[in-house]
Amino acid sequence: MKELLLIAVGSAIVNNVVLSQFLGICPFLGVSKKTETAAGMGGAVIFVITLSSFVTAVIYKFILANESLMKMGIDLTYLKTIVYILVIACLVQFVEMFLKKQMPPLYESLGVYLPLITTNCAVLGVALTNVTKEYGILESVVNGLATAVGFFSAIVRRAGVREKIEYNDIPKPFQGTAIVLITAALMSIAFMGFSGMI
Amino acid sequence: MNKNMERLYNGIIKENPTFVLMLGMCPTLAVTSSAINGLGMGLSTTVVLILSNLLISAFRKIIPDGVRVPAFIVIVASLVTIVEFMMKAYFPSLSASLGVYIPLIVVNCIILGRAESYASKNPIMPSIFDGIGMGLGFTLGLTCIGLVRELLGAGQIFGAQILSLSWFTPITIFVMAPGAFLVLAFLVAGMNIIRKKMDEKGKPLAKPAGCLDGDCASCGKADGCKDRKEA
Repeated sequence: MKELLLIAVGSAIVNNVVLSQFLGICPFLGVSKKTETAAGMGGAVIFVITLSSFVTAVIYKFILANESLMKMGIDLTYLKTIVYILVIACLVQFVEMFLKKQMPPLYESLGVYLPLITTNCAVLGVALTNVTKEYGILESVVNGLATAVGFFSAIVRRAGVREKIEYNDIPKPFQGTAIVLITAALMSIAFMGFSGMI
Repeated sequence: MNKNMERLYNGIIKENPTFVLMLGMCPTLAVTSSAINGLGMGLSTTVVLILSNLLISAFRKIIPDGVRVPAFIVIVASLVTIVEFMMKAYFPSLSASLGVYIPLIVVNCIILGRAESYASKNPIMPSIFDGIGMGLGFTLGLTCIGLVRELLGAGQIFGAQILSLSWFTPITIFVMAPGAFLVLAFLVAGMNIIRKKMDEKGKPLAKPAGCLDGDCASCGKADGCKDRKEA
């Protein structure tokens, strides 16, 4: 239990996926103009990353690093990049179709963000990190969920800051993306304060 | 200037992926803490880009239009796996410091973007040169950002101490995460000024094509991104 908690705090706060790992920069910079939109995107990412962490961990344990295959000398782990990217792309499609059919209200709120998520390198990044750190299935799911919560908190905060600076007098060359990057730098400095926690 | 040279010039200067098109921002931020990391990442991306352009251009008449993006992804992912293992075998320390960002070359916008907008429509030779040009342009961008960060953050260039520590206090923050955002912010601001000057001269630069503030038209993932404008 203690280990799981450490993984969760580590991924959500200390090694924040956006502000210190630089994964998922595109949606972080591009999507979040309003807090509600950012929250919608963040929610969709939590959903997809948690699910994909689970599915990729199961595939890794029972197919790619299958014990009986390993004993026979067949090691499929080198296929992980190819398998994961395809699994994630399919998974997002399935989730979209399922939500559209079965849960229209949820689809209304998350639907537009789902296609964007395949292009989010955080999803593949988490799946690959789970393998590098040799997490089991439960640990992978916890790590995925915590990473996504970190993404959610970063993107919502960033949208909040952006709403506030809308009316400020920003030097012309810095308007748009440049000021967003400066805010990101300041948020990143703030998050560095957590670095001694674990 | 023949077509192949034109492709090289286009990739390195005119449509430089880092400075002009602003593509592939995740690796740009993540691996530029030193010039050597930037160079290593740039060159690995170049290798993947050249080979993927070659293969995609060779298969362009066979791959059906409807499944082209998944087909491209499989080709790119296979190449990335090969490069990943080569790096592990021949440059273990570089491979360790680049870590998860090597397999993440798969989701780099530049590679799918070039596949979609150039290699899938053009013959093999120009596609290879397009890959070389774009790859070297990206390498140049990453190495330059890496140089600036390493010089400010440690007083070093390619690991050699340039600024003497007796009078220079390294601004350590530049080799850490916030420094990446700061350097990129100033780069974007500088490019905004240059862009405006070039517009006034009547020689406008290419629009950013990447995820920053450009539109997604030339990106391979444009299909997935089409809802972005409404979002």
